[in-house]
Amino acid sequence: MKFLKNIPFIFFIGLCCLLVSSCAKNESTTPEEEGYEPTPLTLEVPRLFEEKISPPIIPGNNPQTVEGVALGKKLFFDPILSADNTLACAGCHAPNEAFTDSRQFSPGIDGINGNRNSMPLFNLAWNYQENFFWDGRASSIENQALQPVVDPVEMHNTWPNAVASLQSDAEYPQLFSEAFGSSNIDSTMVSKAIAQFVRTLISGNSRYDQFLRGEIELTEAESNGLNVYVDETRGDCFHCHGTPPNNLLWTDNDFHNNGLDEIITDLGRGGATGDPREFGAFKTPSLRNLAYTAPYMHDGRFETLEEVIDHYSEGLVYSETIDPLMKAVGEGGVHLSEQDKQDLKAFLLALSDESFINNPDFQKP
Amino acid sequence: MKKIVLLVAITATLFACKDVDEDEVINPDYNVSFTFTQNWDGTKLENSDFETTEFTNANGDVLTISKLDYLISNVTFTSETGETIFVEGHNLINSREGLNINYNLDQKIPEGEYTVSFTFGLNSDYNIDGAYPDLTSANWGVPTMLGGGYHYMRLEGTFIDETGANQGYQYHTIHAVDNPGDNPQPEDTSFEVNLGSISVFNDKFIEVEMNVAEWFRNPNQWDLNELNNNLMMNAEAQRMMSENGKSVFSLGPIADILE
Ligand code: HEC
Ligand code: HEC
Repeated sequence: MKFLKNIPFIFFIGLCCLLVSSCAKNESTTPEEEGYEPTPLTLEVPRLFEEKISPPIIPGNNPQTVEGVALGKKLFFDPILSADNTLACAGCHAPNEAFTDSRQFSPGIDGINGNRNSMPLFNLAWNYQENFFWDGRASSIENQALQPVVDPVEMHNTWPNAVASLQSDAEYPQLFSEAFGSSNIDSTMVSKAIAQFVRTLISGNSRYDQFLRGEIELTEAESNGLNVYVDETRGDCFHCHGTPPNNLLWTDNDFHNNGLDEIITDLGRGGATGDPREFGAFKTPSLRNLAYTAPYMHDGRFETLEEVIDHYSEGLVYSETIDPLMKAVGEGGVHLSEQDKQDLKAFLLALSDESFINNPDFQKP
Repeated sequence: MKKIVLLVAITATLFACKDVDEDEVINPDYNVSFTFTQNWDGTKLENSDFETTEFTNANGDVLTISKLDYLISNVTFTSETGETIFVEGHNLINSREGLNINYNLDQKIPEGEYTVSFTFGLNSDYNIDGAYPDLTSANWGVPTMLGGGYHYMRLEGTFIDETGANQGYQYHTIHAVDNPGDNPQPEDTSFEVNLGSISVFNDKFIEVEMNVAEWFRNPNQWDLNELNNNLMMNAEAQRMMSENGKSVFSLGPIADILE
């Protein structure tokens, strides 16, 4: 009887224990983590980035690992992902060109051109909005990596076919197993590995970075050019391309119409969102590494930085969605002096990072 | 014995999840959350109004708005006895995309009657160049030649100018700098917004309304034909914008936060 009387008490104590234990940390493992563990790898973040800007974005379900990055790098340089085994990612994203290429448009395996200029690849982990491509249509680096493989004007493959090629390869199953704990390859694993490699492409050692670190002085032309860049009455570039000295990305990663066309043919961001207010808006490219990334703009229309600067200075044209930051559009722009143009160019070139394009970690394996 | 076990069990349960605090059970503190809304003389500004709806300012200029981002900081609660609770921090609102329009204070407020205020922008003690990675990354910085630090507001859009042409304007507020260049001397033009008296006896949602029309009206009637861009380097314009800003904010409805 005594025992029976105690049932509510015992029940209550039991409930308390349950509540207490429910607050404890959940330490169970997921099947993926069982057995083999790849080696964690921390991104080599430049000290100034660490101090000045928010940390890079690394998704919780795709941590950086030594094996993942190595696999991603191999995949990036391997034409195996294309339908006819002729074109790798690197075919349009070459290390010595800051991972873009020097052609206006880059033909895919069928020799057909797309309608946009290839984009350089660096510091993409700091694209906090995570909108990739000129129109931002891909929502993560992983998601982006899925697209070129099946793009008909790029690698024109199918995922089942690409995965089958990898699966029957002599090396890849083992490498996938080392990176992800499974040799059963799928497109998600491919995109994760490539994304890990792409996140390691970090550029933070231009002349201007060296100047910020107190290692060198800028030339007179470069520092005049910096003044043109930040001067609202002259360049006023910083409102879109980043405010020096702290915003080391040189882009706002946002979308703007910078006055290239009177009649919009490529809808850009508006094509991706369906919002007519964004017709003709494209992602602001970073100004790092311009020395290696010609031609310029989403359609590669400008061969040289002189042409780019002339555009902002006197070539602006009006269209309905033009950004309000584009000034004196009626006169084509604010008409920079010849001296200011030259200095601005010198400053822009001081943002190029030779050690990035020569980094041995980024070369074809 | 049984009573002791029971007591231990109850206490263990209470303390197991750290966010239950003895003090709070006796003397509860409340969550306070702000919601920032924007209107033009009472008509609420929605995403669909950006770049499309035409407004007429006090000067008669017809304008549209394409961007309205602004920064508030350091919310302060002053009790009836003059004690202050200072919630250090800032919140950058992007009204078009609706980002950060809700600002939840990361500190609870004890029950009581308070005068509530915040800073529009960052006052000079806090407007430190490069000090806030989140604002730097949001490209909110002000160039060194203009004294560094951060923007307070970026209000941008187009207006129909005297010739009938569409022209952009950038109504950007920062500190005032009379001598842009190598040795700028910024003058603080951030200001305190006093929302008046609010009683906290529950978790609260406090709406803060911005009437955008006021930026163009009071006390300085704003002529966009005269002042439409290059305003960051125009110290006099910054002082005028700061004066106009003082009537821009008001306290909106207060609601209980429902669990
Ligand atoms: C045929 C040339 C070509 C190939 C092959 C190619 N790309 Fe691209 N890449 C482009 C072009 C062109 C763009 C811009 C397309 C757009 O915006 O619509 C681009 C954009 C990107 C971007 C977006 C960068 C940003 O800042 O938003 C990434 C990342 C990228 N490519 C990675 C890859 C990877 C990974 C592969 C291999 C799986 C690959 N590319 C294969 C041409 C190519
Ligand atoms: C309103 C925002 C805005 C402002 C202000 C602005 N840009 Fe741009 N910039 C862009 C956008 C958006 C693009 C890409 C446009 C496209 O391709 O359609 C771009 C492209 C460029 C490119 C080409 C980069 C590449 O990799 O293709 C350069 C160089 C450049 N801008 C330099 C400048 C300079 C110098 C200034 C100041 C004189 C400036 N920009 C002002 C938004 C802006």
